[in-house]
This record gives sequence, C-alpha cells and structure tokens, in this order.
Amino acid sequence: MTRLARLRKRTSSGLALAVALVAVGIGYSFAAPSSSAQDTGLSVEAMAGQEIYENSCITCHGANLQGVEEQGPSLIGVGEASVYFQVATGRMPLAQHEAQAQRKTPVYDDAEVNQLMAYIQTYGGGPELPAEEDLRDGELAEGGELFRLNCASCHNFAGSGGALSSGKNAPSLNQSSDLDIYTAMLSGPQNMPVFGDNQLTPENKRAIINYVQTLNETADPGGLSIGRAGPVPEGLIIWVVGIAGCVIACFWVGTRS
Amino acid sequence: MSSRTAIQRPATPAGRTASALDERLTISAPLRRTLNKVFPDHWSFLLGEIALYSFIILLLTGTYLTFFFDASMQEIVYDGSYAPLRGIEMSRAYATSLDISFDVRGGLLIRQIHHWAALLFVASIVVHLMRTFFTGAFRKPREANWVIGVGLLVLALLEGVFGYSLTDDLLSGTGLRIINAIFLSIPVVGSWLSFAIFGGEFPGTVIIGRFYILHVLLIPGILLALIAVHLLLVVKNKHTQYPGPGRTEDNVVGKRMFPVFAAKSTGFFMVVFGITAALGGLVQINPIWLYGPYDPSQVSAGSQPDWYIGFLDGSTRLFPAWDLYIFGYNIPPLFWPTIVLPGLLFTLLGLYPFIEAKLTKDRAHHNLLQRPRDVPVRTAIGAMALAFYTVLWISGGNDLIADKFDISLNVMTWIGRIGLILAPPIAYWIAYRVCLGLQLHDREVLEHGVETGIIRRLPHGEFIEVHQPLGPVDAHGHGSLQYGGAPVPKRMNHIGGMGRAIKGFFTPLEEPPARPVTSEEEKQAELTGSGRPKDPEA
Repeated sequence: MTRLARLRKRTSSGLALAVALVAVGIGYSFAAPSSSAQDTGLSVEAMAGQEIYENSCITCHGANLQGVEEQGPSLIGVGEASVYFQVATGRMPLAQHEAQAQRKTPVYDDAEVNQLMAYIQTYGGGPELPAEEDLRDGELAEGGELFRLNCASCHNFAGSGGALSSGKNAPSLNQSSDLDIYTAMLSGPQNMPVFGDNQLTPENKRAIINYVQTLNETADPGGLSIGRAGPVPEGLIIWVVGIAGCVIACFWVGTRS
Repeated sequence: MSSRTAIQRPATPAGRTASALDERLTISAPLRRTLNKVFPDHWSFLLGEIALYSFIILLLTGTYLTFFFDASMQEIVYDGSYAPLRGIEMSRAYATSLDISFDVRGGLLIRQIHHWAALLFVASIVVHLMRTFFTGAFRKPREANWVIGVGLLVLALLEGVFGYSLTDDLLSGTGLRIINAIFLSIPVVGSWLSFAIFGGEFPGTVIIGRFYILHVLLIPGILLALIAVHLLLVVKNKHTQYPGPGRTEDNVVGKRMFPVFAAKSTGFFMVVFGITAALGGLVQINPIWLYGPYDPSQVSAGSQPDWYIGFLDGSTRLFPAWDLYIFGYNIPPLFWPTIVLPGLLFTLLGLYPFIEAKLTKDRAHHNLLQRPRDVPVRTAIGAMALAFYTVLWISGGNDLIADKFDISLNVMTWIGRIGLILAPPIAYWIAYRVCLGLQLHDREVLEHGVETGIIRRLPHGEFIEVHQPLGPVDAHGHGSLQYGGAPVPKRMNHIGGMGRAIKGFFTPLEEPPARPVTSEEEKQAELTGSGRPKDPEA
C-alpha cells in the first residue's frame, strides 16, 4: 500500500462517517424536531429575557433554570403564567428570604416581563397566559359559589386575605388585576394549590374573577367596611367607639348637676 | 260628721285628671314615694343603664325585624335585588335576611342597629359587672342581685349566639357547626344531645326555627323578668354609695328620682340610642350578603364568633389537642375549652360574693362601696381574671392579628398559651402594687396636705414645696385627718384654692374671672405649711 492509497482509504472512511453522522442527524431532527430547533436558537425576546435572568434571577434559580438547593426552585416547566404572576406583581425578585414573597412595586416593566416569560417558557413549557381579552366573562353568582367553595377558606369570604401557618398568608385580592388572579389560579404560586383547567375550566375562572372584582368595586351598603374581615373588627369598634362613647356620655351625664 | 273634711276639688284639667285617676287606682302615695326616691349620684352608677337601654333598643328593632324574617330552612332560589347571589339556592331564612337588607325599607339600618345594640348590650353588662366587682357592691345584702346579674350575662351571651345563628349565612352556619361540635364533645350523652337539639343529623331542617323561638320569645322573656327583679332588688336594697362626707351605712345621699334622675336617665337613653343608631347607619356590621348561603362544604378564612364568644374561640385555639379516654369513654379535646372552662369561669363568677365572704369572714351589711385601691387583693384578683380573659379573647382573633400585623400564626398561638399562664400573675402583682401606691398617696396628702406648686426658698438656702393641709395640723405640721377610704382632694382647685375650673371642653368658653386681690387676701395667700417639721427657731 502506498501512502496515497492509505490516505484515500482514510478519507473514504472519514467521508462515510461524515455521511453517516449527517444521516443520523437528519433522522434525529425528524424524530425530535422541536427540541433541536429551539435548542439551537432563542427568539430575540427570549434572549433579552435570558439576559435579565442571568443578571437578576440566576443567584437563586441557578444556571439553566435548574434551581439552587435552599435558595430557589427550578423554573423548568413552570410556564409563563407563573412568571407573569411572580414578576408582574413585584413578588420576584425577592426583597429578602422570608416565609413568603410579598406583593410590591414591580421591578420590571411589561416589556421586560414579556421577555422573561418568553425565556422561561422556552424551557419545558408550562401554563400559558389566557388568550381571552375579557377575563370577567363569566356568570357572577356561579363565580361566587365557586369562590366560596375553592378560595374563601384561605382568602376570606370577600377576598380580604387571611393567615396561614408559620408566617405565610393568603394575600388580599383587593389590588389584584384580572390577569393576576387568572395566572395565580393557573400556576398555584407559593402555598396556593394549582387550579388547572381540569379543576376549574377557563369559564369557571372568569366567573370567579368576575365575582372577586365585582366585590372589589361594589361599595358597602352598610357604611364603613371596617376591613370586610368579619366580627373581630366589629368587636373592636363596639369597645373603642360604642362602649367608649357611652362611658364618656355616662361621665358627662353623671357629673352634671 | 265633723271629722270628715271636705275634699278640695282640683281646679285645673290636669289636676282633675290626676285626681280622677287616683280615686280609682289610689296610686298617689306609692307614686310620691317612688318619685321622691333618692339615687346616689355617681357617673359609674349609670353603666348598668347602658345595658338596659340597649336591651330596649334590641326589643324595638328586633320586633321590626320579625315582620320580615322567616325562620325556615326550606330551600328556595334567590331572586332578590342582590345580583351576585341571584339564582343561588338558599334557605328562606337567609333569603328573607337578604330581603331585609336590600328590599325592606329601612331594613338594613334596623338590622345593623339591632346587631350593634346586641354587641353593646353584652359589652355594657361586662362594664357594669366590672364596676360592681371592683367596688364591692356585691357584698351582703346584694349577693342575690349579683347572681341574677351573672345569670343575665350568660343569657345575653346565649341570646346573642341564637341571634347571629338565625340568618343562615356561611358565617352563622359555621358557628352552628361549631355549636354542634361542642354538643358532640360532651362525653357519653353528646351524640344524643346533638340529635335532640338539631332534630337528627347536622344541619337538619329544624334548628333555625328552634333557635328563632328561643331568640325572640323564651330568652327575651326570661331576660325581661330577670331585669325587672334586678331593678326591684336595687330599689328594695337601696343603691350603694361611695364613702364621702355625710354618707354612712344607713343613709342614701343623692338626687330624687324626679325630676333630676329621671331627666338624666332620659337624656342618657337618647345618647345611647344615638350612638347605636350612628353605628348602625355609618359602620357596616355582619354583611351577610358577602358571606353567601350556608353550605357545610364551605368555610371562610377568619370565621369568628361575635366578640363576646371570642374568648371561647380563643380557648379552643390555645388548648392542646389532648384526646383522653376515661373509663373507656372518649373525652374529645373540644370538651375542655368550650364546656369545662366556661362552666368553671361562670360558676366562680357567680359564687364570688360567697367565696369572698367565706375567706374574709365578713358577714356584715355593706351599703357603702369600697374604692378598688382600698381592697388590693380583690382588685388584684379582678385584674388577674381580666388578664386571663383578655388573653383568651385576643387569641380568638389571633389569625387576623397574625395576618394584619405580619406575625406568624404559630407564634400568636404560643404567645397566647404562655400569656394565659404568665399574664394573670403579672396583672395581679401590678394591680396590687398600684392599689398600695394609690393608698399611700392618699395617706400622704392627708398627712402633709396638697401640693401647691409654690416653691419657697428657706433662709438657709433649701427649697421646699409649700403644701396646703386639708385640716388642722399638729405641732409637726402633720394633718390629723384619718384615712377613710373616701376620695382625697389632690389639687388646689379641688379645695377651692385656685378658683373653679374654666368652662369649655376643647377651648375655654369664658374669660377667667378677674378677681381683685385685697391686701388682706395677699397676706393670707402666703402659704406657710411645708409638710415638714417646723424649724424650732421659726
């Protein structure tokens, strides 16, 4: 064998390997087209989201969204609904590690929230934002019934919020937007259960939102609402205003002659 | 014949009417006695009247509510004005309560006045009870009235519970469920008792009707009768009075029933009605439309009873979940904080006059009250009981406190558990020391006189505050007045030394009188008593 022949043989086997690899590659791309197509390139929006993620979120949620033990959960598969709820209500980024993230002024504007949603949604999918425009398009009284059955046990009968164990709480729904409530039901943030579309259909969800927002926007026919929190503030009022007023009157009447 | 004197016919129409009435009813003598009856004058004696007036308001507003309320548990579909509930199945009791709130003229206002007056009724009973306790007004011969008062308190609590259970909303239904659980927790007979009361399984179809008749007839009837006896006993035993000049165990110093006391009471009734009406019109209470109809599968966060049952909710939250078996019978954890605890508390409260008489061996009649500071042990016991009650009460709303003040609910529970044990002895000690301190200050004023605020410099340079003795002083400048348990004046204007107070609550309504100072007065104004042993040279 000459050197030339040896070279030719090597080249052909290398070529055969290359052809085989290409064939396998093409075949694989047919077998799993989606992952291959997305792995290779993020959309412009998702890339902007990735930049935000790597600046602000990566400390707790880890590289590649895999989470950091005792710091933050993995975000693979949480979906854009979860990102919307956590970031648009200002809960994320956290101000500090505590029992539960608090609603606060959002750090990111709408465009940045959209970029983060696009980035997170790329990895593992997950619940998406609703397509409907009007999230209150549901039957009011039915929404009330569903609210009392599914929500009132933590958020209170009027959505005023309530305590949970160990410093956690079900927040008040007074400031929540329609989309906040919708995405919360979809993603089940923090201690809240997930109310997927199998448990509460999109129509059920819209009915609940309709009920909550109707209560938020309805004035209290009886006067001051004193927190819509049941008999405890009423007890406070009767002692601080009622009894105090009567005893002052008592003193005034009793010391006149 | 000559012994008969001609009856002088009254000339005026009013006189003729009165005379005509008296000829038929012969009431002039008892009426005169009643109208001339003397009541001691002290503002704290009016506290019980708040309870009486709120009870009258309750009767009036409650009667109006019965015109429109239907205590039926029949299921119907709501078709009233409140849109968020339209088309929902509910009981007639709840539907008619909604109608009262939205479709009956003045219904919501009356309902809210009724509920506020109910809260005020119990609260004023508690305040009145504290006054009676801390001044020793329950001592012989008034023990019976104390026991009746405690009975009234317990009945008022029950009346309230039955009342707020009637509307059959989610909150009141949750309360009914807890009442049912409390009955079930009674060992051995619990299940039978619960079946008898609810007419079968919870919730059944009869409980609202049963509670309704208890709420509008039986308990108000007993309350009314007991209030009558309570007041008659006050008349019979005469009212107590605070010790003071001219007041003894055998007299009553005060104002006549008519016109002064009657005028004051009428005015005070107006004030109490005004306060409850203002609350009813301005502050929303028990918004049943927000709760929704009762459904045993639902419960709202922050479901609480009205304030007067809150202490039992608190005791339930604090008590550990000990499931005991005694002689093979289960004693559920709920039994201790909801049956045993209130049973003990109200028994002790009712028996207190007898317990105190037994321990102090005091069998004498007492018509003069004691100031709380003069009986430090009783005052401290009262403070201890209040501390215990307050911890339970706060714990009844501990989830709301945890939520609004951002405290862990678990921490609130432990604060309550530890506080329930630590707060009473601390309250006892503080109250006891405060009583002794106040007594000492009274004694100091009796001995050394009132502080005048005038500082004098003595010839050798020492500064002293001039004291005004309250009475004659001995060679050492010490007052000779004995400590008598009566209020001691502590400021110069209490003894007329600084002129009277200027009228006006927020701003003075009058000019202070300009008083020309005569030279004689100027000489007298030189106060000399220092409250210290006099300098032998001086």
